[in-house]
Amino acid sequence: MANLKDVKVKISGVKKTSQITKAMNMVAAAKLRGAQQKMERFRPYAEKYHTAMGNLSSGMDAAQFPLMEVREVKNVELLVVTSDRGLCGSFNSNILKQTERLMRQLEGEGKKVSLVCVGKKAAQYFKRSGKVRATFTDIMSTFQMFNARAIAQDVAANFLAGGADEVQIMYGRFQSVAVQKPAQRQFLPVKPPEGSGTSGNAAYIYEPSTTEIMDVMLPLYLNVMVYHAMLEVSASEHAARMSAMDNATKACRDMITSLTMIYNKARQAGITAELMDIVGGAEALKG
Amino acid sequence: MAEKLQLEVVTPKGAVVSEAVDLVTAPGYAGEFGILANHAPFLSTIKIGVLNYKKDAQVEDLMVSGGFCEVSNNKVTFLVESAERGAEIDVDRALRAKERAEKRLAEAMTQREKIDRTRAEAAMQRALSRLRVAERRKPK
Repeated sequence: MANLKDVKVKISGVKKTSQITKAMNMVAAAKLRGAQQKMERFRPYAEKYHTAMGNLSSGMDAAQFPLMEVREVKNVELLVVTSDRGLCGSFNSNILKQTERLMRQLEGEGKKVSLVCVGKKAAQYFKRSGKVRATFTDIMSTFQMFNARAIAQDVAANFLAGGADEVQIMYGRFQSVAVQKPAQRQFLPVKPPEGSGTSGNAAYIYEPSTTEIMDVMLPLYLNVMVYHAMLEVSASEHAARMSAMDNATKACRDMITSLTMIYNKARQAGITAELMDIVGGAEALKG
Repeated sequence: MAEKLQLEVVTPKGAVVSEAVDLVTAPGYAGEFGILANHAPFLSTIKIGVLNYKKDAQVEDLMVSGGFCEVSNNKVTFLVESAERGAEIDVDRALRAKERAEKRLAEAMTQREKIDRTRAEAAMQRALSRLRVAERRKPK
């Protein structure tokens, strides 16, 4: 039979845990709002960038820009974007698992893989693999455009120096508050957005020439892509944490209910035993 | 001149300006350029500098940093990494940034570290543009 005091201590412990998870849930909800807002504000910028890139690159020879050059792929770099903090369900581990799978597949094809980790979780996970080329941590909570720029520049420099022939971004796509999926997107060489860029392309006056504009715009476009991935990850992280904490709070409540039941049963059994004792004693005295 | 053109300034943090204006002047790749209504389709990169637009005889200034600008169908779209109005600019901070950049530039001249120099130059330009925008805001 469970000890009465033990059960009582356990109940109060679980109660405290549930208070913490509840608070974390609320904090995550507030942060999610911020992250979503940031994402919405960024959307028009990204969209306009895509159309402009499409306009520019249609009818241009990709081979003349080093950042768009398609080479024979021997070295692949994976830019893994995760959150800095844990306690957000399987969100990070999904991204990491997908990365691992892709890594094995690429290595199976005889390609060399290197990693650039953004966010502490990725950095910790791949620390011992010996494939990490660079890490960027402790920026996911308050990142800005210049953080994305630093990452994009680093990766682009490595690509141009021949350290990698192809770069893929691995991140978590924010589909809704309830659904976040690991996703993969080609980063380098830059693939021009398709489907756009047909309307009156020839009529534009370019200053300077289109090629020079592309030279300026391509690096900026990389920043946009990194920033976008980071925004998605931070929104997904908070959404995932929100639902994980909600589940934890619910689990705590269930546990408290069942523990209270055990406690009451034990108490009742104790009372019954005592009564038996008293009645037994009284009977004995009667003789 | 009655005809106006629609000006949009978009940054990663959201739209900063969305207004019908008479004239836009911006720091382009090959120097400042002005755009009036019915301009031909045009695309240019933008350097760090001061963008200003005129609306009903009132002139507004913005500090912008790198990006590009597209003109078509009486619509001007600026995609820049940041855009600040005079009121948002911290003059003291800009002044300090200018001093820092000056010092770095002087150091970079002697050491010939190219990356540092480009960065310092960009910082310098940003600081100067901020100061210019803040300056113009003051009552004349």
